[in-house]
Parts: sequence; C-alpha cells; structure tokens
Amino acid sequence: MDCGDMFRRVLGKTLGFLGYTVQYGCIAHCAFEYIGEFVACSGPSMEPTITSHDVVFSERLSRHLCRIEKGDIVIAKSPFDPHMNICKRVIGLEGDKICTSGPSDVFKTHQYVPKGHVWLEGDNLRNSTDSRSYGPVPYALIRGRVCLKLWPPHNFGALNQSPTGRIVKRSD
Amino acid sequence: MAQQAGAGRRYVRAFVSGFFVAVPVTVTVLDRFAYVARVEGASMQPSLNPEGNVTGSDVVLLNRWSVRNYQVRRGDIVSVLSPKNPQQKIIKRVIALEGDFIKTLGYKNRYLKVPDGHFWIEGDHHGHSLDSNSFGPALRTPWRARCSVKCCVWCSHGVSCQVSLGLVHGRASHIIWPPNRWQRIEPSIPPERMPLLNWHADATEDEEKD
Repeated sequence: MDCGDMFRRVLGKTLGFLGYTVQYGCIAHCAFEYIGEFVACSGPSMEPTITSHDVVFSERLSRHLCRIEKGDIVIAKSPFDPHMNICKRVIGLEGDKICTSGPSDVFKTHQYVPKGHVWLEGDNLRNSTDSRSYGPVPYALIRGRVCLKLWPPHNFGALNQSPTGRIVKRSD
Repeated sequence: MAQQAGAGRRYVRAFVSGFFVAVPVTVTVLDRFAYVARVEGASMQPSLNPEGNVTGSDVVLLNRWSVRNYQVRRGDIVSVLSPKNPQQKIIKRVIALEGDFIKTLGYKNRYLKVPDGHFWIEGDHHGHSLDSNSFGPALRTPWRARCSVKCCVWCSHGVSCQVSLGLVHGRASHIIWPPNRWQRIEPSIPPERMPLLNWHADATEDEEKD
C-alpha cells in the first residue's frame, strides 16, 4: 500500500481518537459539574465530623435545585479567595436570626441572614474561621453538599449531625 | 416488515448516540467557553439596551474561558451570579478590583476599600443605580416596573455593590443582536468613576522609593 493510504488511515484514527476524547471529556465535565465530585478535606475546622485528610463525596444536584437545608455540610468557594474552597455546616438560611455573641457575653447580639445568603459555621467552633468572622456567604458560592465520607474506610458512611447545637430552630 | 423494524432500530440507535454526544458537548461549551444571553433592564444604558425594551433587547456573547481563573479587569462588562438571588445573573461593569479605594454613589459608606477577593460593580446608568440596601418595590419608571426580580432570568438591575470574585460568571465580549448593534465591547471606565488609589500598588511604590 502506498503512503497516501497509510496517511489517510492514521489521520482517520487520530481524528476518531480525538473525537472520543472530546466526547468523554464533556461527559466527565457534566458528571463532575451536575452530579458530584470527590473532595479531600484538610484543616481542623470540622472536627470531629470530618478530620484532616478525609475524602468525602459532595453532590451537586442539591445546589443546582436550591435544596440546601439547615444542618447540611457544604463545600463552598471562599469569599476572600475564589481559588480556595471551604467546608462548613449551614447554620442558618436567608431570613434566619443568628446569635453572634459568644456564650460568655452578657449582652446578646443578633444578626439576620440577608436574602440570597447562608450562615456557615464549622463544627469545631474554637478552631474555625467562618461566618462568625467574615459574615454571611452568598448562596451562589456554594459548590455542593457533602453526603458521604469515603476515606478512611473505618469511618465510611453518612456524616453525623451537628455537635454544636448552633443550628437555628425553625421559627413558627 | 423485518427490514422496517431493522431500519427503525437503527434510527433509534443513531438518535440515542447522537443525543449522548450533542448534550454533553453543548453543556460543556456553555459552561466553560461561551454563553449567549439577552440583557433586560435599563441600568447599563447607554452601553447595553440603549432604547430599553422598545426595539428589542441586546443579546451579548459572554466569554467564560477568560474568567476561568477569576481574572477580571477594570472597565470590563461582566455577568455575575446575583448575591441576592442565586438563580439570577446580573450584568454590570467592573469599576474597581481588590485593594482599590473608591468613592461610592448612593451606597451607605461614602468611601470604601474593596476587600480581598472582591470587586466593585456598577451599572452605567447612574439614575437607576439603587443602593443594595434600598432595593425594594419603589419602581419609578415604566420599563423598570416590567422588570421584576422573580421573572427575569437575565436582568441588569441597578445595583452597585462589592461582590466576591467567586461569583463571576463571564465577560461580555461582543454584542451579537440586533445586527445593527454588532460590536466588540471594549473595557472602559467613566473618568469620574476611576478608583482613587490602589492599596497594593501604592504600597509597592513606597517600598521602591525606600
């Protein structure tokens, strides 16, 4: 066979390969963007629920359908550095009244969560920079809801409820 | 009969495989590369929608690839996920980046420094720029009354405020409809809205002088 044939065959195979790569790349993008992603957490702010170097699965559907609820652990983009992600628990939704004074303060101060924002706090209240320092976070910065812990294997499974008792009760 | 069933099955298979190629590729292109959107509202006049909704709204091409690293420039027109309503996107001009000192119009603080990781957006039409605190039902002009928060998916409400860089959606690069308004959108800031000084730039100048 001559060079023309071989060239055409190689070109055809390369284009086919590229086509498959593009197609599967796009399917992967859709899966990570709309279904869920794997996240490796670091830092002490969510102990004991999530410890440093744990791997969790965060699903994206709740965020796109606006079904994030109080008590959910979410992954969000940091309001002060969009390249960094933060992993915190949702304490209050828009319109909730949050108690911002410490437990030992005499005068209690409150703050209302504005429209379109959420109030995030870590489970390890003593060692967590969260909405208590930088204020409410826009809902649109939330990336996904953590639903499953994958690593370490002896801790596999769903995540625990909040140990802090800070979640705003539903006001009737 | 068997031939028709075979042909029918072939069409179904072709349709399904075409569907599984077209949908992910389209979604990926819209999420990562380019997005097309219609601008509603009057707060970006005269740059966008110069005649309001009378002759039809402008349609802009949003470049999502250029903001993948959250790099915006002063003077760009960008689309941003609204901090007040996560399902709505607003289109505004970037006036100042992190570290800039600016003089605000109609905001609660007269002067402010844009915090880290945030940038300051404003609509071009200052008569419509409502303070984010005074956002409410006091709509005074007829075409604003048609543009309510709940129904518009794309709406350039009069809002001037600081937004987190993580909310940036895309940079408006071209106006593609109506055809008599085809143009490339150039970054520009009105001279009276330029930032007064930049904290980080001035700090490095001082170090060089020493």
